[in-house]
Amino acid sequence: MSNLEIKNLNVSINGTQILKDFSLTVPKGEVHAIMGPNGTGKSTLAKALAGHEDYEITGGEVFLDGEQIVGKEPDEISRAGLFMAFQYPSEIPGVTIANFIRAALTARLEEGETFKAPAFYKELYEKMDLLKIDRSFTSRSVNEGFSGGEKKRCEILQMAMLKPGYAVLDETDSGLDIDALKVVADGVNQMRGPELGVLLITHYQRLLNYIVPDKVHVMFDGRIVQSGGPELAEKLEAEGYDWVKEAAPAGAGA
Amino acid sequence: MSSTQDLKPDTQPDLNIERDVGNFHYDTQYEFDAGVGLTEQTIDYISDVKGEDAWVRQFRKKALKTFLDKPLPTHWASKDLENIDYEKIRYYLSKGQRPSRSWDEVPDEVKQTFERLGIPEKERAYLAGVEAQFDSEASYSNMKEDLAEQGVIFVGSTEGLKEHPELFKKWFGKVIPIGDNKFSALNSAVFSGGSFIYVPPGVKVKQPLQAYFRINAENFGQFERTLIIADEGAEVTYMEGCTAPTFETSTLHSAVVELVALKGAKIQYITVQNWSANVFNLVTKRGLAMDGAEIKWIDCNIGSRLTMKYPGVIMRGPGARGEVLSIALAHDGQHQDTGAKMIHAADHTTSNITSKSISIGQGRSTYRGIVSIPRQLKGCKNNTECDALLINTNSRTDTYPAITVRGNQSTVQHEASVSKVSAEQIFYMMQRGLPEDEAMSLAVNGFVNDLIREFPMEYSVELKRLIDLEMEGSVG
Ligand SMILES: Nc1ncnc2c1ncn2[C@@H]1O[C@H](COP(=O)(O)OP(=O)(O)OP(=O)(O)O)[C@@H](O)[C@H]1O
Ligand SMILES: [Mg+2]
Repeated sequence: MSNLEIKNLNVSINGTQILKDFSLTVPKGEVHAIMGPNGTGKSTLAKALAGHEDYEITGGEVFLDGEQIVGKEPDEISRAGLFMAFQYPSEIPGVTIANFIRAALTARLEEGETFKAPAFYKELYEKMDLLKIDRSFTSRSVNEGFSGGEKKRCEILQMAMLKPGYAVLDETDSGLDIDALKVVADGVNQMRGPELGVLLITHYQRLLNYIVPDKVHVMFDGRIVQSGGPELAEKLEAEGYDWVKEAAPAGAGA
Repeated sequence: MSSTQDLKPDTQPDLNIERDVGNFHYDTQYEFDAGVGLTEQTIDYISDVKGEDAWVRQFRKKALKTFLDKPLPTHWASKDLENIDYEKIRYYLSKGQRPSRSWDEVPDEVKQTFERLGIPEKERAYLAGVEAQFDSEASYSNMKEDLAEQGVIFVGSTEGLKEHPELFKKWFGKVIPIGDNKFSALNSAVFSGGSFIYVPPGVKVKQPLQAYFRINAENFGQFERTLIIADEGAEVTYMEGCTAPTFETSTLHSAVVELVALKGAKIQYITVQNWSANVFNLVTKRGLAMDGAEIKWIDCNIGSRLTMKYPGVIMRGPGARGEVLSIALAHDGQHQDTGAKMIHAADHTTSNITSKSISIGQGRSTYRGIVSIPRQLKGCKNNTECDALLINTNSRTDTYPAITVRGNQSTVQHEASVSKVSAEQIFYMMQRGLPEDEAMSLAVNGFVNDLIREFPMEYSVELKRLIDLEMEGSVG
């Protein structure tokens, strides 16, 4: 049961159904990529998993290592071990990255445990070095005035510090130049291992050259229509989505 | 009346003080009680109990007349002011004892209250002097000997009037005259408590002087009166923190604080107020800065039903500087009407106003400012920045900056911003594991962060804790 199991998930936004009986299982230790055309519901999936209140779950179940997370508050889901790297991270003026991560870690302390600042800073600096984030960023406000690429790196930094069991990375590669892409991919690859399951949402094969997925899923109109190995991503890169649309089951398609 | 304590420690109710700091009270037997209502007899009673000089009694009576004659400022201020029932207020209550000099002499019951408020005894170690006010009279005051040796006076206002009339009389009621406004008149009539501080020329008091205030009796108005004089080249920081217990009916707090910074002197006055939601907090605070002197007000208003407070600086001497840094937080049913008054009255004077307000739910914040720079003055500068943060769409914020600059030999800058904590920001923070209330309080702390950095360490910690407590209750 060490997996992220999504069963027949139906999600609506303002009464419009976006996810349609979406099912997918990501075992811990594996990296799964989801690809699919714009507007097909990839970010909706990520936000619904994370418990965003605008994304109404009208049916289905989600289990995180066997624990049902549908209906839980976003912070509970986070502490249960699900991390989401946002496609568009929010800015939090006046709150430094260091204090933000510190607050997030403090929220995870067990009763009687205390926060250990020296160890925290040591680890924070290590991870920042790894992700090639300048030390001066610790005292900058979360995402405020960051470039697109800096925001994405900051998401991965948070992930590295929070050590989730599962991570959904929503287009973490978009907005990154080729060097930054390698840095972020290195960061994710370092975390890769038996203790982490990753759901990688991307449009580009490029990222998958650096983070080689165990499985690739093609999403179309609110559900998965094809699954396969890394070669599937190459086919998409070469041929686009038209063949997917044709292969999609009846009723799917805009 | 006796001063027996009828609440023994073992019979105290189990209070959840973690959440409701200040939200408790002990039954206290008052030795002196002027009863309810306000007449000449009330004044005589107060003056008799205190054994005041005739000039003080006359000052009070003149003020009473002014108070009764003056209309409420409800043409511009909140109509809620009309709901104060002056007949139901107790204007003077006191345990009757002289301020104690050592902690040991403080009655147990009073000590308990201080302990509940989290004022640790060990704090005295790094505080230069402590002047804690329990209801009307300072019940505890202590000063380090080296300060006393340097001629620094730090006593309650009653003591100050008695023991240092020559210093007191010269400035008392001069910065804020009786008739400045209806509530300064009220305070002038019935004041008691508050601090009197004098710092001799050239003396720089390194540690902040500190006072804690607390209202502990139902329907009891607290009218403390503080006068701080920094003589030429002197420097002093004063800090006050206030918490009040919750009662069914409204409580009135109406203080007057006058600061005088003589040539080259510096005064910093820091307030962190956390009133319970039924308190009318109507305070007049003003400083007079002479040549090259500097006065800085740091003012944090949390809680209360209505706060009206506009700390001001009159820059009387060339090169004088005035600064107001304020933070106001208004919850449901609360109205923070705060701001600043900067009166430039000499060349090359500089003033700075930074105001941050947070409105939650039905809470309402108003910024009201005056900056006055007369035509003939040269080289004056003012910078005003007002930022408002709204935490849900019902919140309301208003800004009324009145900037009067005649002539073109001075510069004035004004910036205002209104922002909201968005649902997406909260979701982002919650996705990292922060419960909703913690996410809110982090956003609020972020909003005030650059201002809080200006505060002394222990106050910034206290303020952050207060904000956390406030935000705990604000998430539905
Ligand atoms: N908050 C919202 N309110 C209304 N419609 C929304 C909202 N969020 C998403 N949608 C709609 O839901 C559909 C799926 O959007 P989603 O963001 O999940 O797509 P996506 O697959 O992530 O696309 P992209 O590749 O462009 O990031 C789109 O039609 C989008 O307009
Ligand atoms: Mg998307």
